[in-house]
Amino acid sequence: MAEYQTFEQDVLIVGAGGAGLRAAIEASAAGVSVGVVSKSLLGKAHTVMAEGGVAAAMGNVDDRDNWRVHFADTMRGGQYLNNPRMAEVHAKESPDRVRELEAWGALFDRTKDGRILQRNFGGHKYPRLAHVGDRTGLEMIRTLQDHGIHQGIAFHMECTMIALLTNGGRVVGAFGYDRERGRYKLFRAKAVVLATGGIGRAYKITSNSWEYSGDGHSLAYHAGATLMDMEFVQFHPTGMIWPPSVRGILVTEGVRGEGGILVNNQGRRFMFDDIPANYKTSTADNPEEGWCYTQGDKESRRPPELLTRDHVARCIVREVKEGRGSPHGGVFLDIAWIKEKLPNAAEHIKKKLPSMYHQFKQLGDIDITKEPMEIGPTTHYMMGGVRVDGDTQMSDVPGLFAAGECGAGLHGANRLGGNSLSDLLVFGKRAGEFAAKFAKQQRAAEIDSEQVNEVSRQSLESFERSGGEGPYQVQYDLQDMMQDKVGIVRVQQEMEQALEGIQKLRKRAANVSVVGNREYNPGWHTALDLNHLLTVSEAITRAAMERKESRGAHFRDDYPDKDPASATFNLVVRKGNDGEMQVSREPLPKMKDELKRIIEEMK
Amino acid sequence: MASATFKIWRGDRAGGEFKDYSTEITEGMVVLDAIHNIQATQANDMAVRWNCKAGKCGSCSAEINGMPKLMCMTRMNTLPLEQPITVQPMKAFPLIKDLVTDVSWNMNVKTGIKKFKPRAPDAPDGTWRIAQEDVDRVQEFRKCIECFLCQDVCHVLRDHHLHQEFIGPRFLVYAAALEMHPLDVEDRVEDLRKQHGIGYCNITKCCTKVCPESITITDNAIIPLKERVVDRFFDPLAKLFRSFSPK
Repeated sequence: MAEYQTFEQDVLIVGAGGAGLRAAIEASAAGVSVGVVSKSLLGKAHTVMAEGGVAAAMGNVDDRDNWRVHFADTMRGGQYLNNPRMAEVHAKESPDRVRELEAWGALFDRTKDGRILQRNFGGHKYPRLAHVGDRTGLEMIRTLQDHGIHQGIAFHMECTMIALLTNGGRVVGAFGYDRERGRYKLFRAKAVVLATGGIGRAYKITSNSWEYSGDGHSLAYHAGATLMDMEFVQFHPTGMIWPPSVRGILVTEGVRGEGGILVNNQGRRFMFDDIPANYKTSTADNPEEGWCYTQGDKESRRPPELLTRDHVARCIVREVKEGRGSPHGGVFLDIAWIKEKLPNAAEHIKKKLPSMYHQFKQLGDIDITKEPMEIGPTTHYMMGGVRVDGDTQMSDVPGLFAAGECGAGLHGANRLGGNSLSDLLVFGKRAGEFAAKFAKQQRAAEIDSEQVNEVSRQSLESFERSGGEGPYQVQYDLQDMMQDKVGIVRVQQEMEQALEGIQKLRKRAANVSVVGNREYNPGWHTALDLNHLLTVSEAITRAAMERKESRGAHFRDDYPDKDPASATFNLVVRKGNDGEMQVSREPLPKMKDELKRIIEEMK
Repeated sequence: MASATFKIWRGDRAGGEFKDYSTEITEGMVVLDAIHNIQATQANDMAVRWNCKAGKCGSCSAEINGMPKLMCMTRMNTLPLEQPITVQPMKAFPLIKDLVTDVSWNMNVKTGIKKFKPRAPDAPDGTWRIAQEDVDRVQEFRKCIECFLCQDVCHVLRDHHLHQEFIGPRFLVYAAALEMHPLDVEDRVEDLRKQHGIGYCNITKCCTKVCPESITITDNAIIPLKERVVDRFFDPLAKLFRSFSPK
C-alpha cells in the first residue's frame, strides 16, 4: 500500500507560471477552494524569462489597431491551422487582461500621454506589445504572484505530479511527490487545470529550464486526452551560442524590434534575400524604410528581421549551412549599428534592453552597444498541446482543463512573439473560470486506490535497481537525438531512426538506477521526468512524420513546400486501446463567416 | 583543458560536511555548469535549485568562496582556480539538503505586508494615466528577482536570527515599491516601524553589495522608508501639528 498525504480541493492547478496563477486567481474568485502545485518555488516559472512583451490590441500607439487586425495577424502567423475561436477570443480579451494586471499593480512602460506603451514585434502589423523594458515576464509573474497570495489559494511549492487520477472517464485528482522530502501527495479534486508549460527539455539546445519536460502533455495523454499540433515546435531564431555554457539562452526579439539587424559573415543583411510571398506587401524593401518602421514611422513597412520566427530561424540555418555563418556556427545580430542613427545610442540600448546588455556583458564578455552578438536558433516554445474547447479550455476528458503553453489551438503552426503572455492571461482566466464552474456542478468522486498503488510502486522502482546507468545520460542522449533528427530541418528517414531510438531509450529509462534516498534527490526526479520526455518526443516525431509538407515551424527537407491538401487538417495524437500511440487527421474546426471575411480583408 | 576542485557542502538537517569534487573547465563556464557536471557524473543525488540559468529567476543562490552569489552568473574565470572553490548553501535559512535551503519564511513575510491598493481609476476610459518618470522611480525595485541573497547577507537575519522581528532588505525593497507606486494609496509606515522592524537596519549596505540586479537597496529603498517613519513618528513639529489638526 502506498503511503501518502491527502489534500482535498475543488480545483487543482498544476503549474504556477502565468497561466496557472491566472487560473488560480479566477477560480478562487469564483468561490471554490483552489490548490496550486508547482515544481519550483513560486515566481520562478518560465514566465519570468519572457522578455519582449504581451500582445494586446489596445491601439495606444497606433489607433488603427483593433482585435480584428490582431486576429488576422495571429491566423496568418499560424498558417491558418489555428483554432479560429481561440484566436478570436484571444484578440478580443487580451486588452482587458492587460489592463486588469495594471489594476493589480503591474507597471508597464508609458506613452507620452501616460497610457501603456506598445512596441513592434514580428508578425504584428502595428505596435502591440505592452512591455516593461525587456523584463515583461518578471513584471507579470510577480504581479500575479503578489495578488494571488492574498486570495486564500493553497500553494504546494516544489511538488511534482506523476499521474492524473481518473474514475469512470473523469478526472478526480492527481498524484505526485514533494521534492523536499520525497513524500507522496494525493490531491482529490473535482477539476484539474494543467498549466505546465512546454517541452523544451526534449532538445539539447533550448531556452527552457529543467522544468519543461512536457509533464502536462504527458499527464493528459496518459489520462486519455487528445494532443494536437505536436509537430509544431518553435525554434526561436535568436538564442545565445557562445560561450558553450550559455548556448540556447534567449535573446529577445525586442532587439530586432528596437532596430537590431541580422548579418552574415560577409556583412550582408541576408533577411532581405528571402521574403515570403504572403508577407511581401507588408515588408520593407530597403534598410532605411525598415529603420523608420522600428522608430515608429507609421508609413513605413517592417524590416524583414521582424518576419515570423519560423522563417527567420530557417534563413539563419541556411546562411550557416552555406558557409556564411559566424565563427561559432550562428549569424550576427547587431544593435550597436544604431549609433549611426542615434546620438546617444549606447544609453538608449541600455535603457530599452537592460537585461540583454547585462546578460551578454556578464556571460559572454560582449558589450552589445559596441559589438554584434552571435546568435542561432534555440528550442523555445511548443505550439502543440492538449486539445481543448476554445471557450472553456476543457479537454476531451471531463474535468481536465489546460491553459497556456501546454494547451493547443491558439497558435496553429507558428506562434507570434508576444502572443504567449496574452495567451496565458486570456486562457488562464477562462480555464480557472470554467474549471470552477465545472467543479461546482460535481460531487467529489472516489479515488481508485489500485491506480494510486500502481503509480507509487512504479515510481520507486529505480531505487530498487542497482548498478544500472544513471538517468542523466539517458536524458542527454534523448536530447541529442531529438536535436539532430527531429529539429529545425526534418526528413523521413531520420525521423524513423528517431522513433527507433525512442524505443531503445525507453528500455534504458526503464532500467536506470538511482542513488541516495527520496529527500530532494534530483537523480530520482530526472528518472521520473524521463517518462514524460519520452512520451512527448514520440508524439512530436510521429506527428512530424505524418505531416508531409512544410508549414510554419515544421520544415521538411523532403517536402519543402506547403501542400494545399494539408492545410485542411490538424494532426491529433491519442493513446490507443492497445496502449500504442495513434496519430490521425482531423478536419480544421469550422470558422464563422465574420472571421473568414476579416482574414480576406486583411490579406 | 583546465580543471577545478570544488568543496561542496553535502548534508541535510542532521548534519553534513564539505566533499571534494573536481571537474573540467571550458570556456565561458559558470559555477552552476560545474555543479551540473558534478551532479550528472559523480553525485546524481546532489540537491541544487536552478531554473533560468541567465540571472533572471533567482533560484540558484549560494555562497561561493564565502560570498553570496547566483551560481549561474558567476563565471569560473573570475575565481582563483589554484585553490579549491567552496560552494555552500545560504546560511540565513534552514538547510533542506546540500545546496538547497528552506526559504519559505520569505513567502510568509510577504503575505504579511499590506497588498497593493490602487486609487480609483481617474482617466475617462476607466484606467489611469501614469508618467514614465513615475514608472522609472519604482522600476529599480521591481527588478528584484527574489534570490534572497540580500536576506542571506543581512547580519540582522544571518547572525542575530531576528526573522520574527525584521522583514529584511528584500521586503523593505518590496514595501518601497508599493509605497512609491504611482497608484498605491495604502499606508504601510506604521507597519514598517512596528511589525516590519525597519529600525533594525543600521545601513551597513551589505545587501546592496550582493544584489545581482544592482538595486541600490539601502540608499534608494530603505533610507527613504526610514525617513517616512521618522517624519511620521519622530518629527516634533509634525507631531504638534497633528495634535491640533481636526481628526
